[in-house]
Amino acid sequence: MNSTPGGTLSRPVPPLGPAADTNAADTNAAAPSARNDLTAALRDSSSVGLGLFPLGIAFGVLVVHAGLSWWWATAFTALVYAGSLEFLLIGLVVAVAPLAQIAMTAFLVNFRHVFYALSFPLHRVGGRFGRAYSTFAMTDEAYALTTGRQARSWSGRRIIWLQVLCQVYWVAGATAGALFGALVPARLVGLDFALTALFVVLAVDAYRARRDVPTPALALVCALAARFLFPGQMLLAATALFTAGLLTRRALTRHRTPAPKEPTRA
Amino acid sequence: MPDTPYLLAAIGVSAAVTWGLRALPFAALAPLRASAVLHHLSERMPVGVMVILTVYALRDLPLTSPMRAVPTAVALAATLGLHLWRRNAVLSILGGTAVHVALASTLFAHP
Repeated sequence: MNSTPGGTLSRPVPPLGPAADTNAADTNAAAPSARNDLTAALRDSSSVGLGLFPLGIAFGVLVVHAGLSWWWATAFTALVYAGSLEFLLIGLVVAVAPLAQIAMTAFLVNFRHVFYALSFPLHRVGGRFGRAYSTFAMTDEAYALTTGRQARSWSGRRIIWLQVLCQVYWVAGATAGALFGALVPARLVGLDFALTALFVVLAVDAYRARRDVPTPALALVCALAARFLFPGQMLLAATALFTAGLLTRRALTRHRTPAPKEPTRA
Repeated sequence: MPDTPYLLAAIGVSAAVTWGLRALPFAALAPLRASAVLHHLSERMPVGVMVILTVYALRDLPLTSPMRAVPTAVALAATLGLHLWRRNAVLSILGGTAVHVALASTLFAHP
């Protein structure tokens, strides 16, 4: 049980000195690490992170095919940086949907990120700016990569580099896709499957980290139930059902199995 | 066609809501972090969330007209198969998407 350093989330950051901030102090302590962290992050991001590049291309193509200028693809991906929301956003802005509806969609689609705070290793990231960026860039991909078993030893800088690289792949892919989108025939449909494929890959990788069948099975049931019972608010309903299901299962299994470590008194 | 101020406002609203949802819970959940229940949840959340997102991405699959769902079904099988076989995310995503684009824009193209 070495995964959650309990209660260290809001570890007080030492006051910033005039010249040296906390990161500089860290660098001196752990000598050659700054360069290594970038190299390591390049390796960490080479799997799922690089998948963001073709996904970004798909997004860029869709932006220009929707009739927007190419640089909007860059602006969207650089400033919003929430893949699934951005795909939905294209349809909303083209229809000139009210801002309140956009805010609501953003809330519903990204509400799941509330739960990411439970396991995302933000406590390892130092510095106010680092933390701000790390939360800004806490995408599904960053979450999936940094909560895996292999990520338990990663330093804060390595996590930040990973997030920066993922965003670079995403923004670069979207810009390239938008620039070359005009050359892609409109008949070339189905590029948006890249997003589905990304989630399939992330799900398989998350399963491999914990070979626990009931959890994904429960999630599948909840997702399907939400899809048909609450189609308008599917993500929110599915996440809520899934959380409730996990809590119920935990309560039931705890009651059924007698706690083995407690000494029995006759 | 949307104008520039509207698009900027749309980006601003989306960015603010998204960042708020990502950043604020760290402050709100901080006192609960040592809780055993939350630890239990946080260990099981990742795989479940990704399964839910996969179903979400497939929510518009036309189940009533199976022919239109064929490209997606085949591409899904291709992605899964590639990933179980090679464990290479880029290959799986590119391969699955290529299969989908190829099928959806040729054999299964609908006007």
